[in-house]
Amino acid sequence: MSVLLFLAAALSVVVTTSIVYILVSESWSFFATIPLWTFLTDTQWTPVFAEPRYGILPLLTATLWSAGIALVIAIPLGTILAVYLSEYARPAVRETIKPMLELLVAVPTVVYGYFALLFLTPLFKQFVPGLAGFNLLVPGIVLGIMTLPYIVSISEDAMRAVPGALREGAYALGMTRFQTAMRVIIPGAFSGITAAYVLGMSRAVGETMILAIAAGQNPNLTSDPREGAATITAYIVQMSMGDLPHGSLAYQTIFAAGLTLFVMTLVFNIIGFFLRRRFREVY
Amino acid sequence: MAAQNIADVKGRTEELASVVSAARRKDYIFAIIGVLVLIISMGMLVALLYDLFVDGIPRLSWDFLTSFPSRRPANAGILSAWVGTSLVMLVTACLAIPVGVMAGLYLEEYAPKNWLTDIIEINVSNLAGVPSIIYGLLALGLFVYILGLGRTVLVAGMVLALLILPVVIVATREAVRSIPVALKEGAYGIGADKWQTMWHYIIPAARPGILTGAIVGLSRAIGETAPVITIGALTFIAFLPPAPVQGTPPFVNFDWLSAPFTVMPIQMFNWISRPQEAFHVNAAATGVILLAMSLMMNAIAIWIRYRLRRAHKS
Repeated sequence: MSVLLFLAAALSVVVTTSIVYILVSESWSFFATIPLWTFLTDTQWTPVFAEPRYGILPLLTATLWSAGIALVIAIPLGTILAVYLSEYARPAVRETIKPMLELLVAVPTVVYGYFALLFLTPLFKQFVPGLAGFNLLVPGIVLGIMTLPYIVSISEDAMRAVPGALREGAYALGMTRFQTAMRVIIPGAFSGITAAYVLGMSRAVGETMILAIAAGQNPNLTSDPREGAATITAYIVQMSMGDLPHGSLAYQTIFAAGLTLFVMTLVFNIIGFFLRRRFREVY
Repeated sequence: MAAQNIADVKGRTEELASVVSAARRKDYIFAIIGVLVLIISMGMLVALLYDLFVDGIPRLSWDFLTSFPSRRPANAGILSAWVGTSLVMLVTACLAIPVGVMAGLYLEEYAPKNWLTDIIEINVSNLAGVPSIIYGLLALGLFVYILGLGRTVLVAGMVLALLILPVVIVATREAVRSIPVALKEGAYGIGADKWQTMWHYIIPAARPGILTGAIVGLSRAIGETAPVITIGALTFIAFLPPAPVQGTPPFVNFDWLSAPFTVMPIQMFNWISRPQEAFHVNAAATGVILLAMSLMMNAIAIWIRYRLRRAHKS
C-alpha cells in the first residue's frame, strides 16, 4: 500500500518532468528552424502570414504591460487591505470580509473577461481618450482585481503570523497601529508578503482568458496600453481554436511561446524563493 | 534660570504633543484609506455580479438549458455545454481526489525525511504556480498526440485533475496534520497496523478537510477555460456524448469518455467573441449559471470549514 501512496506522490514529479519534456522537445524543432536570436529580437510575430516572422517581443511586451498594470493595482491595494484586515478591522469584520474575498477567487476568469470587455471598456471609453475597443489597460485593471484576493489572503496570513508579543511591545512603546504596521508587522512578515507578490505576478503573467477576450488577438509591439495587443497566452488560445496540423511549424510556435511563459514564471518563483529565504524571520 | 527651564519643558511637551497628534492623524488617515480600499474592491465584485445578472438572468429559461448551440442566438442553448462540463468534472473528481488524498497521506504520514521527499514537496508547491495554459500544452503534446487519446472528455478530465492535484494534496496534508496524535496512538494501541489506522481512523477524521479542498479544487476546475481550449475542445457541438448509463446489461458504458465535447466556459468564450449583441446576452446567461455553480461549491466548502472550526473549538 505504501508503494501505491508513494507513486501517487511521485506523480507530481512526473508531471513537472513531462511539462518540461513536452515544452522543450516541441520547441527544439522550432528553434532548429528559427534561430533563438531571431525569436528573441525580431519585432514582428506573424507565424501564419505568407511571409512569416517569429519575434516573441510583441507578445512578451503585451504580457508584461498587462501584468504590470495588474500589479500596480493589486500590490498597493492588496497590501493596504491586508494591513487593514490584520491590524485595524474588528474580528467580526475580518471574518466577514475574508470569505467574500475567497469568493472573488472563485469567479471564473472567463466571467472577468466578459466584465472587462462588455462593461468596463465601454465605461472607460468615456473618460480615457483614444481607448480602443480591445486594449491592454482595462484587462490589466481587471487582472489586478483578479490577483487582489491572492495577495490579500497570503499577506494577511503572514501578518497575522507575526507574534502578538511584538505587536504588544510596539503598542507599549506608544506606537499607533499605523506605526506598528509599518515598522514591526510589515518587516516581520516581509517574506510572506513577498511570496504573495510573486504569486500575484505569476498569476498575472499566466492568466489567459481575460486577455484573450478583452485585449484582442493581434500581435502588436506597443508602448501604449490604450491599444490592443495579443499576449503570449492569448496567442496560444487563438492558435488552439483553429486547426493546427500536428508537427507543423505553426503547431510548434505555441510550444515555443509556452516555454517562454514557463521560463518567466519559473524565474519569478526562483526570485521569490530567494527573497523569502533572505528576509525570513524565524520566531 | 528657573523660568528658562520651565519654558524649555513646555516647549518639549508641545513638541511631543504635536508628534503624537501627527502619528494619531496618520493612523486615522490610514484607517480611512483601508475602509475606502475595502469599499472599492467589494464595489468591483458587486459591479461584476450586477452587470452579469442584469444581462443574463432574463435570458435564462428551460429552453436555454435544453437546447443545442445554434447560429440563431434566440434558439441557442447550453445543453451540450453543461452535459460536457458535468462529465469532465466527473472524470476530474474521480482522478484528482483519490490520487491527491494518497499523495497527501504519503507526504504527511509515510514519507521518510530524505532528499526525494524534499523534491516531491518542492515540486507540489511549484506545480501550484504553473499557469493553467501550460497544463493545456502538456495535455496537447502528451495525451492528445503521444498517447493518442484524442480531444476527448477523458483528456479534459485528466488535465483538469492534474491542475487541481496540488490543491487536494495541500488540503489533505493540512487535514491530516490537524488530527490529534492521540487518535493515531489509540489505534496503534489496540493493534491496528499502519494502513488500518489510516483507513479506519485518519482518513475518516480528515474527511471534512479533504472534502473542503476537493470542492475548492473542483470549483476552480469548473471555470477553467484555457487548458481545455488548448487541447482543442470544439466550440460548436450539436449532439450529446453517449449516456453513461443504459437500460441493457452491463448498464454502464464508457463510450462517453472518448466523445468530443464542449464545456460551459468555452461556450461562453465563443459567444463573447461574436459581434452580435444577442450572443453576448447568451454569454451572460451562461456566466450566471457558471458563477452560480462555482460560488455554490465555494459556499459549501466555506460552510464545512466553518462547522469544522466550531467542532474543533468545542
